[in-house]
Amino acid sequence: MATATPQIVDDVHAGPHHPSHLQHHFVSSQQQFEASKLGIWLFLMTEILLFSGLFVAYTVFRTWYPESFDAASATLDASLGGLNTIVLLASSFTVALSIHMAQRDNQRAVFINLVITVILGAAFMVIKGIEYTAKFEGGAYPGGFFDPHGHHYGHLANVPYAAQFFSVYFLMTGLHGVHVLVGMGIITWMAIRTHRGEFSSSYYTPIEITGLYWHLVDIIWIFLFPLLYLI
Amino acid sequence: MGDNATLWLPEGRSTLAPSVDALFNFVNIVSIIIFAGVVVSIIYLAFRYRRRHEHERAVLVHENTLLEVAWVVVPVILVLVTFFWGFKVFMKIEVAPPDSYEIGVEARQWQWTFTYPNGAVTTNELHVPLGRPVRMNMSSVDVIHSFFVPVMRVKQDVLPNRYSHVWFQATKPGTYQIFCAEYCGLNHSAMLAKLIVQTPEDYQKWLESVAVPTNLTPVEYGQRLYQQQGCMGCHTTDGSPRVGPTFKGLFGHTVTLQNGQTLTADENYIRESILESTAKIVQGYPPIMPTSYSSLEEDQVTALIAFIKSLK
Amino acid sequence: MANPSQSVAAAQAREVQAHQHANVNYLNVDKSIKSWIYTLDHKRIGVMYGVTLAVTFLIGGILAMLVRTELLTPGPTIFFSPDGGLSAETYNRVFSMHGIIMVFLFLVPSVPAFLGNIILPMQLGAKDVAFPKINLASYYIFLLGGVFTVVALIVGKVDTGWTFYTPYSTSAAASNGVLFMTLAIFIAGFSSIFTGLNFIVTIHKMRAPGLTWNRLPLFVWSMYAVSLVQVLATPVLGVTVMLLFFERLLHIGIFDPALGGDPILFQHFFWFYSHPAVYIMILPAFGIISELVATFSRQRIFGYRAVALSSVAIALLGFMVWGHHMFVSGQSVLSSVSFSLITYLIGIPSGIKVFNWIATMYKGSVWLQTPMLYAIMFLFLFTIGGLTGVMVAVLAVDVHLTDTYYVVGHFHYVMVGGQVIAIFGGLHYWWPKITGKLYKESVGKIAAAIIFVGFNFTFFPQLVMGAHGMPRRYADYLPEYQMWHDISTIGAYVLAIGFFLAAGNLLASLFRGMQSPANPWGAATLEWTHSTSPALPHNFLRTPIVTRGPYDFHLAHDIFEEGDGAGDGTAEAVAADKGTGPDSPPPPGNVGQPIGKPPARPEK
Ligand code: HEA
Ligand code: HEA
Ligand code: HEC
Ligand code: CUA
Ligand SMILES: [Cu+2]
Repeated sequence: MATATPQIVDDVHAGPHHPSHLQHHFVSSQQQFEASKLGIWLFLMTEILLFSGLFVAYTVFRTWYPESFDAASATLDASLGGLNTIVLLASSFTVALSIHMAQRDNQRAVFINLVITVILGAAFMVIKGIEYTAKFEGGAYPGGFFDPHGHHYGHLANVPYAAQFFSVYFLMTGLHGVHVLVGMGIITWMAIRTHRGEFSSSYYTPIEITGLYWHLVDIIWIFLFPLLYLI
Repeated sequence: MGDNATLWLPEGRSTLAPSVDALFNFVNIVSIIIFAGVVVSIIYLAFRYRRRHEHERAVLVHENTLLEVAWVVVPVILVLVTFFWGFKVFMKIEVAPPDSYEIGVEARQWQWTFTYPNGAVTTNELHVPLGRPVRMNMSSVDVIHSFFVPVMRVKQDVLPNRYSHVWFQATKPGTYQIFCAEYCGLNHSAMLAKLIVQTPEDYQKWLESVAVPTNLTPVEYGQRLYQQQGCMGCHTTDGSPRVGPTFKGLFGHTVTLQNGQTLTADENYIRESILESTAKIVQGYPPIMPTSYSSLEEDQVTALIAFIKSLK
Repeated sequence: MANPSQSVAAAQAREVQAHQHANVNYLNVDKSIKSWIYTLDHKRIGVMYGVTLAVTFLIGGILAMLVRTELLTPGPTIFFSPDGGLSAETYNRVFSMHGIIMVFLFLVPSVPAFLGNIILPMQLGAKDVAFPKINLASYYIFLLGGVFTVVALIVGKVDTGWTFYTPYSTSAAASNGVLFMTLAIFIAGFSSIFTGLNFIVTIHKMRAPGLTWNRLPLFVWSMYAVSLVQVLATPVLGVTVMLLFFERLLHIGIFDPALGGDPILFQHFFWFYSHPAVYIMILPAFGIISELVATFSRQRIFGYRAVALSSVAIALLGFMVWGHHMFVSGQSVLSSVSFSLITYLIGIPSGIKVFNWIATMYKGSVWLQTPMLYAIMFLFLFTIGGLTGVMVAVLAVDVHLTDTYYVVGHFHYVMVGGQVIAIFGGLHYWWPKITGKLYKESVGKIAAAIIFVGFNFTFFPQLVMGAHGMPRRYADYLPEYQMWHDISTIGAYVLAIGFFLAAGNLLASLFRGMQSPANPWGAATLEWTHSTSPALPHNFLRTPIVTRGPYDFHLAHDIFEEGDGAGDGTAEAVAADKGTGPDSPPPPGNVGQPIGKPPARPEK
């Protein structure tokens, strides 16, 4: 019986057909790609769960103190928020374009689209900064530091639990902002790697998963915007 | 340990105790039977099928669906029985009879204050009448505590932002232990109180003896507050330090603060120390005096100051 | 032998066994420090976790011994305050450190990050986990979290207990160390998430050819369930400690009742993670026990599918029972009732497992080596722990038992008697695979016996005194409880001696132990049949082809044509064995194979 020669499924060390991007512990590019894809989806799920805690806090307090939340929410600038929504949607579009271009091996277009995305992300943060500054000037700090004054925020001093609204507001938008910053960092890095010519139509997984992450950042904002600014 | 204490449970002294104990004993006995079954089968199988020599080959055993179904169905029945039983007794614990006698409970780090219907107040000592359902109306001034009387088989967390309740009906006069069962910081394990169950007659007599007299001097009123407000939990009147500095000889004394500053303890300083306890911290003591005293009434503060002044 | 692919598997196995004497393994392939610090090898990362976790276990254990020693007498025993009284402050800090370190720095990462990391890819026939870099990063993240924790505990004087209940944890009375502590847990949480994520992807995508879901070793199944919980629950812990952090720092008023927040909300958040977390702390044990029971009974796991799926059922049900920690907290009666009901249901899949393990021994060939002793010990202790868990799930009874030593007894029975005992079993079982050494079997058995006795003396009295009303987290207690406390303290010393003896025995084998054959136990999973001990640098010479179930000992020609395992760590046993003793020259092509039956080829 022992005569059957073992068929070689795969040798441990990279053979001649091993593309450079394929890490040694994967059997094939296909396997590597599927693993990355599953990995990023799981990661996005954990991100949603992270935010979900804040959404629960929001829901609980909104249910308990609806009038306070309405009053406090009314002081937010919905037009700036709306503008930011458009900015982020546009950036999602450019990321999607960059992936599309990567599939067509158009490295220059990939690069340009990534750069535009970063710029849009920056624009988002600047607008957010403007909003934050206005609130700080009006004393609309989170929680214990809440000390509203001035014509825009002054009336909130008599609204109980308005402070909680701003706590939730700053936590949610703050955490989201951190995600935008991280995303901008990663996209910048992707742009650099594209510039170095590391990607091709046969290998652009990093760009693709970065794009997924950026879409998530966008989607979270799509939820934050109406919850905080509109209703 | 009292007469009807068992190996597992302390004596039971409330009308709830027999129901809870019966349930406990049921679950315990079923558990012991299951456990014994597990142990016996392990020992038997490990011995009966022990490996006898190196070349031993086990016989392949095929799965037995009937067996597998059995050990799903039997436990399911057991847990359902236990659940419904536990639910019934729980509802009994939760819902106080409508004619209950109400006593107020205020918990703070680290003592209990009890307020009776006639306005009398006791600290760390709870008197209840025998044979009558008593309902505790509880709240906390600082963190979460838990009111626990083992012999009554009741426990309930005491929360800072709402009232919680617990009820029991004592079945035998005597003195029993009350614990704080929710961790509440430094002296959690010293947050004890006595439960004194008295016959209705004794209870009435006692209650009248502690009723609030109307014509107290400020010093007497201050002394009463010293006990009721729980100052005595942290401050002594005999000169020994406890959690906080002693009140004896405090007035007119030179106090060194944490920041090295010194000052003389006058009325204003004492007043500030009570109402705004974190403003000036005495050297060598932690800043743990509750800030909840800022809600004391003006005449109460005056009385407390008069009392402290009297302790030369 | 008819099936050609089976003979392929057997041939591969023989090839590996031949490799054992070439003696190139993951430990000696590169010995520089740098090769460890930057390693992407899952086995080396696992070993680094193992060393780190041994340290945290030791620290947590020493703290436990301090707790027990202080509780020897009412009043001060060893924790004196400056005025000679009891220092409750010290006690509170010590038990908080004990709980926090044991849970977050030891038990949660213990099996996945350590044994799981080393064994899981090998059982899958993979060369590594799916994302080796993330694996290494998660180790360093864990280390960072650990350092933060230690700083918080020592400098920050955290005394909140491991549950951080508000408003105490946000009050001035608790220290600002809570800020550090929440950061530390946030960081360590990421490590946990990444490990879970890595394992899920690895299990989905990196299985060897032929390794279908029905052929997965049960350790893999339980790692899969654990990873699901880690990925789904840990982010909620992250957001909980984040809210706590800002509550303390900015007084955001979410949990602080003085500002309109709700402390019960914190408890919901906390237990939403921490109840699933207790299953992070027991599911891995289930996996280990399945491996041990099958291997040492030479029998297929009875009801394989039921055991595999019950892990997943427990993981999912575990998300719906968190409120059973809050029966007296003031949550609504309706919630208490529903949480209680679902809690009971978890007893059912747990029971399925226990009964199936026991049934596995039926008509087996039960080999009572040290790992099997731990497995049996687990069955005893976990059953007690689980049944006491059912007791506290009974609404009316929990009112009396909650926050007493009964609960302390319950969770030590499941966490120490369950998971820690299983870890020791797994550690002994895979020790040859990890280090290539055989420990002394006799000492191992004695240590296991001491642990068993010490454990019960430590924690059984806690059940009794708890039922008698002894509250937990008490620095001081009434004299009537002293007898029980004393038995418990003495038991704890015996337990500690047992743990040290077991650990010492393992460590001694590094210097004096016999070289292990590739498959000393005659196990049938890939890490034993297709790799050397210690493992090959890339786990396998070739990707294994799987042709049978993980416990099909009757089909495992790749093991049994070479002989049954008989790895008895004594030098005599090895020397007495036919030609594989240290002095006799290795027969060609047959080196380091399982000692025991002489290498007779089947005649067929
Ligand atoms: C490894 C960790 C672990 C595990 C596995 C468990 C398992 C279980 N736990 Fe435990 N638990 C903790 C760790 C764990 N627990 C901790 C740390 C705390 C305290 C936290 C704190 O406050 O600090 C706690 C507290 C705790 C409480 C709250 C007590 C209180 O504070 O008042 C409850 C209440 O329901 C509970 C229940 C259960 C149940 C029902 C199980 C079940 O999963 C057990 C299932 C197993 C079996 C039932 C045994 C085997 C089955 C059979 C042999 C079949 C026959 C069975 C039946 C007929 C039912 N646990
Ligand atoms: C993993 C979890 C874990 C483990 C293993 C232990 C282990 C032990 N625990 Fe504890 N314990 C908790 C988790 C754990 N505990 C938690 C969560 C709490 C609640 C805290 C709170 O209320 O907030 C608690 C609370 C707690 C209390 C209650 C305190 C109180 O309420 O006032 C007590 C009291 O007896 C106690 C005792 C012990 C003892 C004696 C051990 C012994 O088993 C320890 C023996 C171990 C050793 C002596 C170490 C040996 C180490 C080596 C030999 C190193 C080498 C190792 C290898 C090579 C692997 N623990
Ligand atoms: C939880 C414990 C605690 C309670 C209860 C408490 N105190 Fe204090 N108190 C302290 C501590 C600790 C200090 C010292 C630190 C500081 O100055 O805050 C202190 C300081 C003081 C001082 C200043 C003493 C000095 O030596 O300068 C006064 C006056 C005082 N408390 C009054 C009261 C009164 C009146 C009450 C009750 C109505 C009370 N305290 C209740 C803990 C407590
Ligand atoms: Cu009050 Cu513990
Ligand atoms: Cu739980």
